[in-house]
Amino acid sequence: MRTIRFLLEKEFRQIFRNKTLVAMILMVPIVQLLILPLAADYEVKNINLSVVDYDRSGYSADLVKKITASGYFRLTSFNAGFKKALHDIEADEADVVLEIPEDFERNLIRQNQQSLFIAVNAINGVKANLGGAYLGMIIREFNHELRISWTQPSRTNTAPVIEIVSSNWFNPFMNYRLFMVPGILAILVTMIGGYLSALNIVKEKEIGTIEQINVTPIRKHHFILGKLIPFWVLGIAVFTIGLVAAWLIHGVTPVGNIAVLYTFLVVYLFAVLGFGLLISTYTETQQQAMFISFFFVMIFILMGGLFTTIDSMPPWAQVISRMNPVSYFIEVMRMVVLKGSGMTDVLPHIGMAAGFAIVFNGWAIYNYKKTS
Amino acid sequence: MKQLVTFIRKEFAHVLRDRKTLLILFGLPIVQIVIFGFALTNEVKNSKIIIVDYARDAASRQIIDKIEASKYFELERANLTHRDIETHFKKGKTKVAIVFPANFNSDLMHFNKTQIQVLADASDPNIANTLTNYLSSIVMDYQTELTQQRDTPLQIDTEIRMLYNPQLKGAHNFVPGVMALVLMLVCVMMTSISIVREKELGTMEILLVSPFKPMMVILSKAIPYLILSLVNVTSILLLSVFLLDLPVKGSISLLFAESTLFIITSLALGLLISVKAQTQQTAMLISMMGMLLPTLLFSGFMFPIENMPRVLQYISHIVPAKWYYIIVKSIMIKGLDFSAVWKETAILLAMTFALLVISIKNFKIRLA
Repeated sequence: MRTIRFLLEKEFRQIFRNKTLVAMILMVPIVQLLILPLAADYEVKNINLSVVDYDRSGYSADLVKKITASGYFRLTSFNAGFKKALHDIEADEADVVLEIPEDFERNLIRQNQQSLFIAVNAINGVKANLGGAYLGMIIREFNHELRISWTQPSRTNTAPVIEIVSSNWFNPFMNYRLFMVPGILAILVTMIGGYLSALNIVKEKEIGTIEQINVTPIRKHHFILGKLIPFWVLGIAVFTIGLVAAWLIHGVTPVGNIAVLYTFLVVYLFAVLGFGLLISTYTETQQQAMFISFFFVMIFILMGGLFTTIDSMPPWAQVISRMNPVSYFIEVMRMVVLKGSGMTDVLPHIGMAAGFAIVFNGWAIYNYKKTS
Repeated sequence: MKQLVTFIRKEFAHVLRDRKTLLILFGLPIVQIVIFGFALTNEVKNSKIIIVDYARDAASRQIIDKIEASKYFELERANLTHRDIETHFKKGKTKVAIVFPANFNSDLMHFNKTQIQVLADASDPNIANTLTNYLSSIVMDYQTELTQQRDTPLQIDTEIRMLYNPQLKGAHNFVPGVMALVLMLVCVMMTSISIVREKELGTMEILLVSPFKPMMVILSKAIPYLILSLVNVTSILLLSVFLLDLPVKGSISLLFAESTLFIITSLALGLLISVKAQTQQTAMLISMMGMLLPTLLFSGFMFPIENMPRVLQYISHIVPAKWYYIIVKSIMIKGLDFSAVWKETAILLAMTFALLVISIKNFKIRLA
């Protein structure tokens, strides 16, 4: 016990002596929480629309008015020809081109049928898909209104109508930030904990001070614990700062019990730090440790379900993301913060995190050799 | 000249000796391309859906069959009541529920009107929206089948063409982004760390007292990374062409020329960081937080810039990766030529020049 206490004293001193490091640990979460959620707004809006209107009739004007009034589209240009509009797409000034054919109004009334042509810049798949769907919906609605104004609605012979009433739970205002902030906080804690612990032992290796520790009677698990606990405390501190920042900046407060979050965090941090330590036992220089942890953290983040849902991944990718500790943390954060899930709901997640912690730390202790 | 070659060989030896870093360096783009190309889709499918059917009649049965047949949904079968919905949502496995009222079919037939309730877990707004839309269109389909016999007057059809990316794959958006990211990583992070490392270990001192010009020391550090980066660009392009079926539509030589320009910009940035930082950890943290995150954030390949607040949109203009991303997208996917990207190229050139001037001005021959 005494050995660990002295080791802890040494580690804490080294951390707090490094002023830039401390400043980074405190500032980075705040700055990131300030900017990231503002940037990560995936709501599809502000779609730039270019209209090519060969008809110039009352109907075409009505249609364009209806589209711009929807709020999803910004009319950026009126072009005389399709070629010009295509040029706007190439220059990224337009996302969608709507082409209204000549004599649209007249032919619609005479022939009862007309078609409109829409071209979408589909490099960004989500935007193209939703944008096209929105435009289609507005045109259908426009069509419906036209029909009503032309045909007398008969009272007796109405078609059966199924009305769909939808309600959005847990996030009734469809606020994207509410969804991103908990996930980003999870990523932050993971990044800071993972990087710092990965760099730590390696630094001693590179500078050579590890030799001094190796010749002392300090046991392997003492040494690992001595490295682990300071970052564990720091991780909890960073998380707390992040939680307060999320509340102050974005007004995001957990619906559920904070104690559930912390229970998970306490277990989860051991897993992340264990992973960092594992990396540092396998590497010789800080540069190596940095790149290897960057490599894994990148995969963890991408496969963690922060940006894209895990459910839509192909089966092999879902298996990988189940072996990714970050995905559990992101899930727990969202469950507790948004939905108010309780301890029983997250118990399986805590179990997984504990499993990761045991595997990573056991492996790290096993792999750390006092003699080279 | 001979000296320079010797120094470059020394740097190459440093880089090539470190197998683990090298593996990651070349492995990272490959893994990213695979993940982005195959694992990450923005399409929503196989969502678990709860069905609460109080009606249990022909109409509700038919709609449920339709939902089951669609690739977007996976049914949770069980005799659920709407009280179960919340518990299931809280467990996080199910994202949407549909409730049929009692007497669904008879209401529909006799009153010509009935309701269906759709409940969505809106913690992810886009998914909630998409799933609700899917469900609505399934129900709409059913409705049109009911009224099929009537013909509809004044029909407006819409024909939608998806330009550049008809299958709406994620790769079109991501490959240029991965290129920018990897180049940033190799050039900024590797150069700054390797220079600061010599400072930290004290070997920089030895280099600086040698008759070799300090500028040459820096140049010889930069050249290996330039070459490594070009290798990475080539491998990313090969992967995207042969693995993802994403051909380069524009001129390849132009693409390489622009990439070289961007590599030099990044190297200049790495140089600037290494001039300022004293320890490897600081250099890493600065390049991580100062360069990589902004690249991810503001290049526009992961986060839509047009949705950001004005201030952030202005900030995005000073991120070199944003301009490179636009250039690559234009050349590779849209197949445009130089006349379409000259503005972006000029901006990158100006940035490179400014960065080089600042870092050379700040470069100290003596260590403190």
